[in-house]
Amino acid sequence: MRLAILDSGHTFGTKLLFAFILAVSRRPVPQVVKLVRYRPDFFGAPMQEVTHEAMRGPSAWSVGDRELMAAFVAKINECEFCTTAHAAVAVRAYRDEAKVYPVLFDLETAAIEEPLRVTLRMLGKLTREHAVEVDDMRAVLAAGVSHAQIEDALAVCFAFNTMARLADAFAFLVPDPDAFEAGAKFLLMRGYR
Amino acid sequence: MSKRRVDIAQARNMLVARILGGDGEAPPAWRRAAFDNSGLAEPLSALVDKVARHAHRVTDQDIAAAKASGLSEDQVFEIVVCAAVGQATRSTRRRLQS
Repeated sequence: MRLAILDSGHTFGTKLLFAFILAVSRRPVPQVVKLVRYRPDFFGAPMQEVTHEAMRGPSAWSVGDRELMAAFVAKINECEFCTTAHAAVAVRAYRDEAKVYPVLFDLETAAIEEPLRVTLRMLGKLTREHAVEVDDMRAVLAAGVSHAQIEDALAVCFAFNTMARLADAFAFLVPDPDAFEAGAKFLLMRGYR
Repeated sequence: MSKRRVDIAQARNMLVARILGGDGEAPPAWRRAAFDNSGLAEPLSALVDKVARHAHRVTDQDIAAAKASGLSEDQVFEIVVCAAVGQATRSTRRRLQS
C-alpha cells in the first residue's frame, strides 16, 4: 500500500476490529477493507452505500451478472486485484466457472446470453473510451435489455471504475487464491455494507 | 424516474457531495480540481491525470512526488479519491448526454 495511513492510520476501535478479523479468519485484513475503513466518513461509508446498492439492490440482473460486470470493468481498467476478486464472487454466485473466465478472456466468443454480452460490450466501451454513442445504446435496447437494466449496469460500472482506480493507485496487494475465495464467500453472504 | 434509479442517484450524489464539499485536509478547490482533472499544478496534475486515465500506471514515485511537494498523506488520499470518483462520474454523465 503506497500510503502508510491506509495501512496503519486507523482509529483504535478499527484496529481492534482488524485484530478480531485476523484472529477469526487467520488472514490479514484485505487492503480494500483497510481503504474503506480509513476515515470512513470521508469516502468508505458513502462508497459502500453506492456499491451495495449497485451490487445487491433490486435488479433484473442477477448477483452473478453484476459481479461479472464488476470483474469485466476491472479487467478493462487492467486492475488485477478487482478483476480476480469479482471473478471469484461471480463464479461462486453462478456456481459455474465456465460462465465467467471465458468472458474475461474474449467477450465475443464466450457462451453467454446476448443481452448480457451487449451490455458488457457497452460497459467496455464506456470504460475504455469514457463515452458511448446513441447507436451503442440502441444496440443494447435492441437485444432486449430494458432501460432499468441499463441504469443498473451503469451503477456497477460507476462503482468499479472508481474502485479499480483506487486499488491500482494505492497499490493493493494481490493475495493468494485462497484469500480471494474467502473474500468471495464473505461478499456473497454479506454484501458491501 | 423509478425509485431504483433515484436510490442509485442519491447514493452517488451523497458520495460526490461528501468528498467535494465536506470536511477534509485538502482544500475544497484542490479536491474539485482533482475531480475535474483540471487546473492542478505539477506534480499533482500528473498523478491525478494518471488516476483518471490509466491508474494501473501510477507508481511509487508519483505518490512520493506529491508528498515531496508538501502534501500530507491525508491530502494525497483525498486527492486520489476525488480523481477516481470524478473520472467515473464523467463517464456516466457523458453516457447520459449520448
